[in-house]
Amino acid sequence: MIKFLKRCYLGIILVFLYVPIGVLIVQSFNAGKSRAKWEGFSFRWYVELFQDTRIMNALYVTLSIAVLAMIVATVLGTLAAIGIYSMKKRPQAVMMTLTNLPNTMPDIVTGISLMLLFLFTKVERGYVTMLLAHITFDVPYVILSVLPKLKQMNKHTYEAALDLGATPTYALTHVIIPECKQGIITGAMLAFTLSLDDFTISYFTTSPLVQNLSTLIYSAARKGIEPSLNALSALMFVSLLVLLLIVNRRTAESKE
Amino acid sequence: MMEQEHLIDLKDISKDFDGTTVLNHINLYVRKKEFITLLGPSGCGKTTTLRIIGGFEYPTTGQVYFEGKDITDLPPYKRRVNSVFQKYALFPHLNVQDNIAFGLKIAKVPKDEIRRRVDRMLDLVNLSGYGKRKVDQLSGGQQQRIAIARALVNEPEVLLLDEPLGALDLKLRTEMQLELKSMQQRLGITCIYVTHDQEEALTMSDTVVVMNDGRILQIGDPKRIYDEPANAFVADFIGESNILRGTMVHDELVHFSGYDFPCVDAGFGEDAPVDVVIRPEDIMLVGEDIGQISGVVKSVLFKGVHYEMMVDCGETTFKVHSTIMQPQGSRVGLSIVPYNIHIMKPMSEEAAK
Repeated sequence: MIKFLKRCYLGIILVFLYVPIGVLIVQSFNAGKSRAKWEGFSFRWYVELFQDTRIMNALYVTLSIAVLAMIVATVLGTLAAIGIYSMKKRPQAVMMTLTNLPNTMPDIVTGISLMLLFLFTKVERGYVTMLLAHITFDVPYVILSVLPKLKQMNKHTYEAALDLGATPTYALTHVIIPECKQGIITGAMLAFTLSLDDFTISYFTTSPLVQNLSTLIYSAARKGIEPSLNALSALMFVSLLVLLLIVNRRTAESKE
Repeated sequence: MMEQEHLIDLKDISKDFDGTTVLNHINLYVRKKEFITLLGPSGCGKTTTLRIIGGFEYPTTGQVYFEGKDITDLPPYKRRVNSVFQKYALFPHLNVQDNIAFGLKIAKVPKDEIRRRVDRMLDLVNLSGYGKRKVDQLSGGQQQRIAIARALVNEPEVLLLDEPLGALDLKLRTEMQLELKSMQQRLGITCIYVTHDQEEALTMSDTVVVMNDGRILQIGDPKRIYDEPANAFVADFIGESNILRGTMVHDELVHFSGYDFPCVDAGFGEDAPVDVVIRPEDIMLVGEDIGQISGVVKSVLFKGVHYEMMVDCGETTFKVHSTIMQPQGSRVGLSIVPYNIHIMKPMSEEAAK
């Protein structure tokens, strides 16, 4: 009986989590415009989606920012992790707190503070500011996925490379980075996913002229949602799901 | 001429870590083809000394000379020494042969020569055919051999080894000790070895350096260190000992445990306080009435090759090793040959110097 209740509880949670997404995906294949009535299966909204220049533009902004932010954040984050790793205990603890803090801060605080910073420094908000903001919130996640890999390493690994004649640069590129490759890739994928997914921080750091998908959908929602956005959301859900599955699998593998 | 024989010279090396002195004015030289062991309890500064020679630490004061040239500030990758680290520090992302070839690739050795030298090394450490294996598929002993091969393939002037056998079980350890020693002799390579295991140090070394608290207490060949420890600490650390407080009555006569004993040491002055060290195997158990001193056997422990008996002689209890067992509670006489009584200046006085 208790077992049955436990299963029910889990079932209800999963239903609440996934039914809305299921409905959205089903609706994206609805031929009609009405949300209340099923008018037959069709790819109509997917076709409209790809013909809508506004949406395609936003998709381009989203993807390009995600890729650029991922690259920059991965480089910065990896180097930062190596720096933090080689610090002494106390400064290391301080740096880790500073790294963790932005993760625990609500997005809205990060978003508003970045907006204020851009206003204060009179930088015009747009593509570049949004990119900078995304790099900012991506970096800690990269650090957090690379650092454990460094700590798993034998503490003499770097010295062993130097001992065999490697210069510090050679040791970094041929030993340290390959050793924590797994963590770097996981960090990069996390950064990409987070950037793709972000709304709050993007909303505060861009101008109405440069919109990514999330800010576009938000402004469209106020006028009533076009069914093509259902199709877009369905695509985003599926691609993020795939990415997350890969990330999870990598994390599980590296724990073995 | 003497200076030329020295491969490495440490001159007045001191090292502070955040205000704590780890090494206190160390002077040491290493000769070519010598197997020298730095021996001491953990925290005595032996690993720091090795790391200074490897270039991983810079001394606070003092100089390191290599073949007469000052290399104190030379980074590790420019030194002609190679190290075998604690827990091996192999590169897990590379397979066995790439691990061994790492140094040669940096030195831009031609590919076919790299291949030849790697194969020869694998042969030397009895792991031919293991080249393509992943490092983490190997056992501890095998990883150890790869670590040694990875260092030796570069034909270093000096091989530095930091407790390389520490993670292995006793049997494997003993095997590797012999293997390492014979490899060192065959290749004629200079080794600086760090360990806290006195037996390992005595078995393998040409020269043993006993360290404690950042100081060198004694340098000598294993036999000398064992037979003539410079002070009570060395005596206690190397093998087992009875260490007693005594008084030098006059030259060649020492008073301890309530009796006067003839000995062979002189020059301590009259009525001077001394430390007396007697190895447990140097005390002979004889008939109660013919010993120099008598006592009661308090306990008997079987130790494999010998018995360890604690003999209570009133003022002191002696630890005695003998292959013949005396039953617990029996009265025995103790006899000590004069040259087996080692007299040394008391530790407290030594430290005050």
